[in-house]
Formats: sequence, structure tokens, C-alpha cells
Amino acid sequence: MLRYVLKRLVSLVISLAVASLVIFLAIEVVPGDPAAYMLGMNAQPDTLAALREQLGLNGTIPERYLSWVAGMLQGDFGTSYTYRTPVAEMIGERLWISLPLALYALTLSTLIAFPAGVWAASRRGSAVDMGVMGVTQLGVAIPNFWFAMLMVLVFAINLRWFSAGGFAGWEQGFFAGMKSLTLPAIALALPQASILTRVMRSSLLDTLSEDFIRTARAKGLTRRQVLWRHALRNAMIPVLTIIGMQFSFLMAGAIIIENVFFLPGLGRLVFQSISARDLIVVESVVMLLVFAVIVVNFAVDVAYAAVDPRLRGRR
Amino acid sequence: MTYLNFTRGMVSALALVAAMTGTVGMAQAKTDIVVGMQLEPPHLDPTSAAAGAIDSVLYANVFEGLTRFGPDGSVNPGLAASWDISADGTVYTFKLHDGVTFHDGTTMDAEDVKFSLDRARAEDSVNAQKGLFAGITDVTVIDPLTVQVTLGAPNGSFLFNMAWGDAVIVAPESIENIKTNPVGTGAFKFDNWVQGDRIDIVKNPDYWGEPAKLDRATFKFISDPTAAFAAVMAEDVHAFAGFPAPENLPQFDADPRFQVLIGSTEGETILSTNNKQAPFDNIKVREALAHAIDRQAIIDGAMFGYGTPIGTHFAPHNPDYVDLTGNSAYDPEKAKALLAEAGFPDGFTTTLKLPPPSYARRGGEIIAAQLRAVGIETEISNLEWAQWLEQVFTGKDFGLTIVSHTEPMDIGIYANPDYYFQYDSAEFQKIMTDLTAATDPAARSALLKQAQEKISLDYVNGYLFQLAALSVANAKVMGLWKNAPTQATDLTAVYWAD
Repeated sequence: MLRYVLKRLVSLVISLAVASLVIFLAIEVVPGDPAAYMLGMNAQPDTLAALREQLGLNGTIPERYLSWVAGMLQGDFGTSYTYRTPVAEMIGERLWISLPLALYALTLSTLIAFPAGVWAASRRGSAVDMGVMGVTQLGVAIPNFWFAMLMVLVFAINLRWFSAGGFAGWEQGFFAGMKSLTLPAIALALPQASILTRVMRSSLLDTLSEDFIRTARAKGLTRRQVLWRHALRNAMIPVLTIIGMQFSFLMAGAIIIENVFFLPGLGRLVFQSISARDLIVVESVVMLLVFAVIVVNFAVDVAYAAVDPRLRGRR
Repeated sequence: MTYLNFTRGMVSALALVAAMTGTVGMAQAKTDIVVGMQLEPPHLDPTSAAAGAIDSVLYANVFEGLTRFGPDGSVNPGLAASWDISADGTVYTFKLHDGVTFHDGTTMDAEDVKFSLDRARAEDSVNAQKGLFAGITDVTVIDPLTVQVTLGAPNGSFLFNMAWGDAVIVAPESIENIKTNPVGTGAFKFDNWVQGDRIDIVKNPDYWGEPAKLDRATFKFISDPTAAFAAVMAEDVHAFAGFPAPENLPQFDADPRFQVLIGSTEGETILSTNNKQAPFDNIKVREALAHAIDRQAIIDGAMFGYGTPIGTHFAPHNPDYVDLTGNSAYDPEKAKALLAEAGFPDGFTTTLKLPPPSYARRGGEIIAAQLRAVGIETEISNLEWAQWLEQVFTGKDFGLTIVSHTEPMDIGIYANPDYYFQYDSAEFQKIMTDLTAATDPAARSALLKQAQEKISLDYVNGYLFQLAALSVANAKVMGLWKNAPTQATDLTAVYWAD
């Protein structure tokens, strides 16, 4: 087991190193000078030179890469070119919106998908099943930003139940904060819930046709008992994998939704930073997302091995 | 549960819902306002960046200069109560207002003026408009309320230059953290900035001049046009300066809850032409280009009818403006004839590089179609601002581009042969030198008119239209600026009618 974990750990470090190099180079080749962007059309050459010096843009590429990586290892992500505040601080603030939003959406999608998936699977071929399949088909097909605009029109402009966007701030209280995240979370959750419902249904149907289910039924258990006691547990593995994957999708998918609802989250930060050529922020946020995905994958790998002893011997 | 208890329960539940959804009515006139803006300032120092969003939040509200722009673009006294100009026009003696303090409590005096001007013109200055201060040779403190500025040569627009947001007075005590905690002298104090979301300013109770009528103002940053529309419609924001979706304005206009303000800006929107790149180095080709363009079609198609046609690089609301649109009237037949005369009977192909604003992207498609009609093919490329600055502005690698020059009174850029459109005319440069030296208003006016005619008849660029200032606000919000003579959202006179 230890050998397996160590092996995965080495591959984790290598992945991170390669990822950091790729991100840095990819962003460095993007055309556009951050200093020129900041000073605009009337800037004089000596002013530009002075600002480039201030921003530390004058080093060679390897020098800047090494200082970036060295800084990150110590938890220092550098200072934003445009905002002039530490990147780590900015990311920290934005995470307070993006992370709860992703969790909220994930919770919603799970809460919708579980009953809907089980319901559809338990009544396979019925009108209920057809209805759930139809609605989820639509849910997958509808672009979430369009659905978001529709909700704003109905709930913010016509009914006035919610504001059209923006974030109240956690200092206004938990409920005020959650309220401003509700419409965005629903918009984000809709396609995810649809996918999850369909996965849940098909995984459950697969399990229900397995031999051990027939055995259980033969032992005299009712359909309902078999479904809840035996089938559901065994159908969970693919479902959990999808939920894990969805979390990273939700973090990235929030970029568009955060713009529709003008939420000051991580997605909006990336969006603004790209157009302002605030490269250090872009690099750090992308690196953080990559880091999160790699670490989650590592955790999943380790968890699989803990659950399934057969995996430990492999590789 | 008794009936009474039930009713009480229902009432409190309803009250809770009402409080949560924010529909509780207000008894008296509001003293706070939420102003929507599309762009967020990168930081809060107007003296070290070109970003107009910084001035949009802070100009006149938090920071003030020696002089300031009025709503009509006129130059009025600011922190300087009065001034004397020496007979030769090179020495300006400013008398400052007495009793002015910065928001941190320190006194604003002649030393601060000297500090601000010296900082802006210093060798290591990162002022985006350093050129405004170029003529200053010396700043001397005479006494705490008198400061003397000496220029190398007379400059008729010096007082105008001092009204820019880039020339506001800052203090040495607070300069270090100005980018995140701006300390000025204005009627509002900076309160809070939630990056990516909003900036709050509050009334300055110790303001030296006419106090602000509002207690609090919040600038909310909404970049997406659809989201901007929704936020105004849902009354989450009370005013939106520079509304990004002109197509929705008629809808607001028809709704009694809102008012639509349509004014003028300093933004001359032009089809910039690379005067050193063949075939545009031939004046006949540039003239043909000018006659190939149907301005009104561009204004209608790209700006939904908002914008004033211009025939030169000058704002139509300026008293010295000359209407020269006749020099480049839409006449495709004439354009074709001129092209043939210039040696391009079958037209040619060039590049059209477009920055992100909708006037450029939408306008570009229309211009491309109009040029195609006279035989000029364009290869359109859409650039982000950073790319545009690098390729077009600095690299001068372009045939045509569309851009709005938003700086006030910027006709002087035509005197710089290295400016990106590379117009090099000794005659025009002489007009500008004369203008700088002239202090007599009549002489200045004559020179400005001459300058407008010169660039119009040299067909330096395709002159399209003056960008409109489009704002939407709650019908009860009074005192907003209709025009945008500089990038500012001056809230010092704004109030709610009850």
C-alpha cells in the first residue's frame, strides 16, 4: 500500500512540474504588453520603461519562471500587475464565492439527481421514466447561461424575488450570501443534475439486472427492499466518480455564470485578468485549478485502492 | 393555534419574506445610490494609469485638481480659487482655497501641489499623461496658499491640462497606499473596495466646498451588457453610466420608472489609416476612402442611431468646431473614380484590425461592406486591447483600424509624426506650435479651426462619428451629468427627488 501511495505521489509531483512549465510558457507567448495596456495610448516611452521596471517584467523568461515557481513553493503567488495586491490574497477572497457556489450547485444537483434517478429506474419504461428522461435531455441541451438569463428575467425583473446579480457579501449574514448565490447555483446545477440523473438511472438499471439481485429477489425480498438495500449501494461507484468530476467542471463552468450574475468570483477574476494581461494572476489561478484537479485525482486513486484491494497490486 | 396567533405568524412570515426580497417601501428620499459601470478600475491612483474607469469613480468625487471640468467641458476653478498669468504667459500663480484638508486629516497646501506636479513630471514618473506636464520647468511654493508654476514656453491649454484626472492633487503622506486607499480632498471619501464587485464612497463631512447631497454611493461593476440590462430593470442599480446595450434604450425610455440621458463624449471615433503604408501614403486613396464611407449607416447599424457625424478630429459640442462632413460626403462613384486616378482601378486589399468595443466590431463589418462596394477588400482581424496596443498602436502594423480617441481636445496628436497613424505634415505641426504659444482666445479659435480643416482636407483618417454618452437612471435621480467631457461620474450634485 505504501509503495503504491509513494508511486502516485511521485507522479503527482511530476505532473505539477510539467503543468507549471506549460502554463507559464503558454501564457508568456500570449501577445500584449501589460505595461502598455495599463498606460494606454498617450504613454511616453520612458514612462513605459519605468513601469516595466516596477512590475519586474524586465528579467529573462527562465529567470521569471524560476522566481514564480520558487515564490509559489513558499505560498507567495506574486503581486497582481493591475491591482497591485498580492495574488494569493485575491484568490483567497474570490474562493469565498466560487467555492460555496460550486458546493451549492453540487448539492442541488445531487439532491435533484438522486431521487429523480432512482424514481426513473424503479419505474423503467413508465410515463415517469419517459418524463424524467425527456426533462433531463432538455437539461443537458439547454446552455446554462441562457437558462440563467431566463431566470433573471422571471425571478429578478418580473417577480423581484432575487436581485439580478451581484453578491451581498458574507458579512450580511449566511442567508443573504446564499440568497445571492441561489440563481447562479440553479443555473450551474441544471445541466449537472440532468447528467447525474441519467448516470444514476442507467447505473441502477445495470445493477438491477445483475445476478446477485436476482438471488436476493429469489430469497424473497421485495423489489423495494432489493432496490434500497442492494442495488443502490452497488450503483453508487460510477455516480460518485461523476460527482467528483463535476466539482472541477463547476469551478471552471462558473466563469460564464459569474459574468452573467456579475459575481466577484474566481472565474470573473480570470476573465478580467486575461483581458488586462495581468499574466501573473492568470498563471496563478490556472495553476491553482490544475493543482486542485491533480490532488483530487490523487485522493481518488488512493481511495480506490483503500476500497478495492485488487488495485494495490497493479502497476 | 388560535386565529390571532396564526395571523401574527403569517404577518411576521410575510415581513420576513418582504425583508428578504427587499420590497419594503422607503418613507423619505434616499441618500444612497448604486451606480453601475462596465469596467472596474485596475487600481485607484488616477495619476499612474490610463484606465478611464479610475477617473469614472474618483474624479471630482474623491480627487480634485487645481482646476476641474464642468459638465459642459468648461474649465473651472478647483482647489485653486484664482490665478494670475504673467504677461508673457509663462508664469502661473495659483491662490489655493483656505482650509482644505485631505480625507486623512492632513492639510492641503502649496507643498502638496508642488509634490503632485513634481511627481508627475519626474524622471521615474509613471503618469500615463506625462505630456500634460512636459512644459513645466519649475514649481515654487511662495506661501502655504500660493504656488507658482513656471513654463518653458507659453501654453494656452495649461489650465485645461491641469483639470485632467491625471493632474489631481495628492499628498506625500498618503501616496504610498494610494492604489488601494485613495486619499483626496473631494466631497466623498473612499470607503471600501470589494475587488471584482464594487467600490463604496461616503460623504466627506469636512468638505471645504458645497457638501455632497448623498451620504453614500456604491459603484457596481457589471461588464456583461445583458447583466447590465437586468440590473437596471430589476432596480438593483439606480444609474448606469456608459450603458453598454444601446439597443435596449428605447425600452427604458418608454418605462416611466427610468430616464435615459443621451449626451456627448470627447470620443472622436475614426477609421484610423496608416499614412505611411502603401497605398494610403497616396492622398487620393485616402480621399477615396473618405467618400466610400456612409457615416449615417454606421451610426445606425453599429450604434443604434446614437452618435453625431464628424468630418474632422474635433468634438461637435466644442464652440470652435467646424462642420466639415461635406469634405467627405458619401459618394461611392467619386470614390471609385479617385481610386482609378490613383492607379487602383480594380481596388486593392488591406487589413482592418478591430479592438473589442462594439463601435469597432460592429462598425468594422459595416465599413468592410462599404469599402467592398468600391473595390477595396479588407481582411478583418479582431484584437483584444493588449494585442491592439502592441500590433497597431506601437507596432504600426496595420492598414486600417477603428478606434475612439476619448481624450479631450486631442487634435495635437496629429502633430506627432510618430503617432500610430503617422501623419507627417510640417504645415499642421506649425499650426499646433502657434496654438500652444497663442493665449489670445480669438487667435486660438482661428488656429483650431485651421487645424480642423487641414486634417479634414488631407484625409488623414476616415472621420466617422462622435461617440454618444449613454446613461440610464432611475427617474428620481437628479443631477447626473448628461455629457461626458472627461471620464467622470461626478456625484457631488446628485440627489433623489421624493
